Amino acid sequence: MRVIYILWLRQVKRFFRAKSRIVGAVGQPLLFLLALGYGIGSIYAKAGQGNYIEFLVPGIMAQTVLFSAMFFGAMVMFDKQFGFLKETLVAPVSRFRIMFGGALGGATQATIQGVLVLIISLFLGFHPLHWALVPIAILIMGMLAVAIASFSSGIGSFVQDMQGFQAINQFLVFPLYFLSGALYPLEHAPDWLRIIAECNPMSYAVDAMRDLLIGQTHFGLAKDLTVLALIVVVTVAFGSYRFRHIEA
Amino acid sequence: MSKATPVISLHAVTKQFGEVMAVNNVSFEVGKGELFALLGPNGAGKSTTIKMLTTLLKPTSGTLTLAGHDVAKEQDAVRKSFGIVFQDPSVDNEMTAYENMELHAALYGVSGSQTKARVKDLLELVELWDRRSTQVKNFSGGMKRRLEIARGLLHHPHVLFLDEPTLGLDTQTRNLLWDYVKKMSRSEGMTVFFTTHYLEEAEDVADRIGMIDHGKLIALGTTKELTKQTGTKTLEEAYLELTGRTVRDENADPHEAWRARHRARNMR
Repeated sequence: MRVIYILWLRQVKRFFRAKSRIVGAVGQPLLFLLALGYGIGSIYAKAGQGNYIEFLVPGIMAQTVLFSAMFFGAMVMFDKQFGFLKETLVAPVSRFRIMFGGALGGATQATIQGVLVLIISLFLGFHPLHWALVPIAILIMGMLAVAIASFSSGIGSFVQDMQGFQAINQFLVFPLYFLSGALYPLEHAPDWLRIIAECNPMSYAVDAMRDLLIGQTHFGLAKDLTVLALIVVVTVAFGSYRFRHIEA
Repeated sequence: MSKATPVISLHAVTKQFGEVMAVNNVSFEVGKGELFALLGPNGAGKSTTIKMLTTLLKPTSGTLTLAGHDVAKEQDAVRKSFGIVFQDPSVDNEMTAYENMELHAALYGVSGSQTKARVKDLLELVELWDRRSTQVKNFSGGMKRRLEIARGLLHHPHVLFLDEPTLGLDTQTRNLLWDYVKKMSRSEGMTVFFTTHYLEEAEDVADRIGMIDHGKLIALGTTKELTKQTGTKTLEEAYLELTGRTVRDENADPHEAWRARHRARNMR
């Protein structure tokens, strides 16, 4: 536990020392929230769908976590490039704990940023259905963050340079984001898109958060949580597996 | 353990990267408390040997033991019993010197109560105690090295590995650094295994010297024995006699070179 804790603490300290990163990572999702929320909101309302901002906020929170936690892999890559990773690789601790401690740190950053987006959206007129369910929604956002940070740690552990990392990052992030239920209701999407989104783990995290925050769901909370738990297990296993195969 | 029971032993160790024999059937032993230098030209197999001894690479064949533990089978016991200063820095630049030490203590399970006193002693030894709250990114190369040595000693290792620890440092810092290492080796009975390109360092510091070239151990003994064996006056002359005078253009890291070739092949 002490190892996981200290590696988590390292990431959290680094995060709070780089204040620009906190703001930077929240800026982009807010842009989406403003542009889409207000740009499409009126059409959405005219189509009889209700308040688009309400619908969109859980999706934007998930986006924040997705972008931020996916970028965490770059931290792992830098640790490898700048040598710090070697210090942990020769230590008498399992590679699982090395990977997981760092990923929890990255997930914590992402979750804090997601919460920031939620707070800002309150000022833009978002109101959660039940305040008591908000912490649970944040917990679910945290699970998504752990899954993505673990996955991207695994990627960062074998990528050679920033260009390579960015290529993989972009290749994954945008489909995961746009082909999920984050921006539009899946009920009205054409079949091919709905089927793709239903294969996308992001959709389930968004759906769970939306259910808890505004009481709208596509899959149902039970299914959401089952899929999400499964994704956490698979991504943590992937990250650990990749870390076990790092050779210095 | 006495000198008769070695702290480090290699038996018929071979490491192959593709067709390149980075280390070729090497066997030798290092005793407790000994200061041992492994010398050789670029690409000779020094770093590969250290990487195998420190569990970072698996040998193709042969056995390595460290502090009585089989390196292949008892990885965690082996990892607890050595400290290492890598060729390139491996400290976290964003954290302070003290935080780097704390993190190391946690990784090696040094108890919280012991940590404080030990960290203070070591940072004082390497003269960084006053800078303990400075982020490492503001340190010079020499300060980073000193911090890494202090860190490597934190968990009372039986063996300290130093892979070209003085590369790029000025003479003052180099002298200082060897003073700390010798002091710690004497006071804690610690074995020191190092590589260097500065032969006078090996001559001054090492009890015994191993020379490796093209992956093969070509000589082993004290400076006296090596000069006598080659009929030369200094270690440098003995070294040139044994390894030849031609410049090596081989990649310094055969593993890296192999990986690069491997990648290039996959791209085609």
